Amino acid sequence: MSSTQPAELGRFEAQKSEWDRIAATQEFKDLMSTKKVFIIPAFIFFLVYYFLLPVLVGYAPQFMATKVWGEVNLAYLFALSQFFMAWTIAWLYVKAAGDFDRLAKDIIDKAENRSDKGTEVAR
Amino acid sequence: MSTPLIMFLVFIAITLGITYWASKRSAGSSAYFAASRRVTGWQNGIAVAGDYMSAASFLGIAGIIAFQGYDGFMYSVGWLVAYLTVLLVVAEPLRNAGRYTMADVLAYRLKPRPVRAMASISTLTVSTFYMIAQMVGAGALVALLLKDSGISYKTAVVGVGILMIVYVVFGGMLATTWVQIIKAILLMAGTVLLSILVLAHFHFSFGSFFNAIGHVTYHEKGQEVVKDFLQPGLRFKPPYGALDLISLGLALIFGTAGLPHILVRFYTVPDAKTARASVVWAMVLIGSFYIMTTFLGFGAATIVGRDFIATHGGTNMSAPLLAQALAGNIFFAFISSIAFATILAVVAGLTISASTSFAHDVWTNVIHRGVERKPGEEVLVARISAFVVGAVAITIAILLGPTANVAFLVGLAFAVAASANLPVIVLSIFWKRFNTTGAVAGLAIGLLTSIGLILISPSIMAIDPPTVTGAARHLIQAKAVFPLENPGVLSIPLGFIGAILGTFLSHEPSSEHKFNELLVRSNTGLGAERAGSH
Repeated sequence: MSSTQPAELGRFEAQKSEWDRIAATQEFKDLMSTKKVFIIPAFIFFLVYYFLLPVLVGYAPQFMATKVWGEVNLAYLFALSQFFMAWTIAWLYVKAAGDFDRLAKDIIDKAENRSDKGTEVAR
Repeated sequence: MSTPLIMFLVFIAITLGITYWASKRSAGSSAYFAASRRVTGWQNGIAVAGDYMSAASFLGIAGIIAFQGYDGFMYSVGWLVAYLTVLLVVAEPLRNAGRYTMADVLAYRLKPRPVRAMASISTLTVSTFYMIAQMVGAGALVALLLKDSGISYKTAVVGVGILMIVYVVFGGMLATTWVQIIKAILLMAGTVLLSILVLAHFHFSFGSFFNAIGHVTYHEKGQEVVKDFLQPGLRFKPPYGALDLISLGLALIFGTAGLPHILVRFYTVPDAKTARASVVWAMVLIGSFYIMTTFLGFGAATIVGRDFIATHGGTNMSAPLLAQALAGNIFFAFISSIAFATILAVVAGLTISASTSFAHDVWTNVIHRGVERKPGEEVLVARISAFVVGAVAITIAILLGPTANVAFLVGLAFAVAASANLPVIVLSIFWKRFNTTGAVAGLAIGLLTSIGLILISPSIMAIDPPTVTGAARHLIQAKAVFPLENPGVLSIPLGFIGAILGTFLSHEPSSEHKFNELLVRSNTGLGAERAGSH
C-alpha cells in the first residue's frame, strides 16, 4: 500500500481534545466569522436574485414581456443578467477566499507544529 | 464509409489511446478513484464542465428553445447559477473532509455503515437515471446518423456501453478526466462555430436576429401561427406553470450540489483552493456555453423551423439540423459527433462515480467494516461494478427503446439529488445536533418523495387521445394526481424536514462529539487527503 498511497501516511490525526481546542481558539473563530461575513450575505443575495426570475416570469409574464430594445424584452435581459450575477459573485468569492486561505494556513501550521512537538516529547 | 462514422471512429481512437496511457498510471485506490489528486484547477474545471454539459444540455436545451422559446432558456440560467451553491457551500468542505465519495463526509460524524449504505443507494439511483437517459439519447442519435451504415439503435447502445466500460475499467479517473477535457473543448468549439454561423446568417446584426425570434412561424394543429419566442409562457402555462418554474429552479439550484458525478471531481485536485479554482473555471465555460444556447435554440427555431425539425428526428435533433442547414453535411457530421462525444464522456463520468460508490462505500465500508482485506481489492471491486453498471444501463436502455421519453429521467436525477443528497450534506457540515437517524431519514424521504411525486406527475400520468401510440403514450392513463412536472418545491423541503425530524427522534452523543473535528477539518483543510506522488 505504501508505494501507491504515500499521502495516506501523512494524514493529520488528533484526539478529540485537540480538535475541541483548535475549534475554541481565537484564530479559528476569526476564520469562521470572516467566512460567514461573506458567504451568508452572498448566498442569500444570489437566491433572492435568482428566484426573482421564475417568480416574475411565472406571475408577471406580461410585465416581463415589455420590450426594451427592438424585440428584446425584460425577461430575456433579466435572464441574461443572471449569468453576469453568477460570475461576479464567483469572482468576489475568490477574492475574499484569499483571506480564508491565509487564516486557515496559520491554524494548520500551529496545529502541525504542536503535533510534531508532542511526538518528540513522547519519544 | 460515411463522414459521421469516420469522425466517430477518430474520436473513439483518440480516447482509447488516452485510456491506454492512463491505465499504466492507475495503480492504487487514490490513483484509480481520484487521479492521484494531481489534476490541476483549470483541468478539473474543464472536466467538471465536460461532466455537466450532457446530452440534455447540448441536444435537449437547443430543442426546448427551438420548440418553446424563452421558457427553455430557463434551464440554461438555472444550470449555471446552480454552481454558486457548489462554490459557496459544498466544494471546499467536501474536498477537505472527504476521500473518494460523497458519503465520506457524512460518515465522519455519523455511524458509517447505515449512512454509507443509504448514501450509496441514493448515488446509484441518481447515476442510473441520469445514465439511462444519456444511453437512450446516444443510441437514437447514432442510429439516426449512421443509418446508411446499417447500425441499429441496439448496436449503438451496446457500442456506447462497451466504450464507457473500457474507459472506466481500464483508465479509471485519470482517463475519465481527459475524456471529459477533450469533449468539453470540442463541445465549446462546435458551439462557438455554430453561434458565429447563426449570426452570419443574420449578417451579424443582433437586431435582425432578435427580430426573427420575435416572429417565429410554424404550424400548430394544421394552422399557421406566428409567435414571439422571446415571450415567456410557451412551455410553463397557467394554472400551475409559475409554480412548476419555481420548482424546476429549486431542483436545478440545489440538485447540482448533490450530483455524485460532479462531487467526486473535487477529490481529483490537490486541495480546497484548487477545488475552488476549478469551480470558477467550470463556471466560465458552462456560463459561456449556456449563453450561446440563445444562438443554438433560437437559431434552430428561426433558420430551420419547428415544422422541419418535428419531421426530421424531433426536438433533440435541433442543434445537428441547424448545423446542416447552415453549413451542409460535413458540419452536420461534425456537430453530431460532438454530441456523441458529449454523451460518451458524461456516461463515463457517471459510471466511475457509481462504481466508486459501490466499491468504497458498500463493499469496503459497509460489508467489510472499513478494512481493505488485501491491497487493490477496492479497485478490483470498482472495476467489476463498472462492468455491472454498464451492463445494467445497456439492458435498460435497450428495453426502453429509442423513442422513450428521457427528459424526465434527467429531471428525476436532479430532483433526487436535491431532495435526498443536498439536505444531509449541508446538515452534516453545519448542524451540530445532526445524527445518523436524521441522515438515513433525510436520504430515504428525499429519495422516496421525489420519485413518488414524479410517478404521479403529468410526466407519467395523463390521458392521451387514441392517436398517440407506442412509447409516446404516458405510462399511466389517468389524470395526474400531482399537478407539477418538477417535484422539487415539495420534495426538497420534505428531505430537509425528514432529516431534521429524524435527528430529534434519537440522541447520538458520538456525532456531537465529532462535530468540532469535522468543523475544523472542513473549514481549514487540516489533515485533508494530499496529492499522491508518481
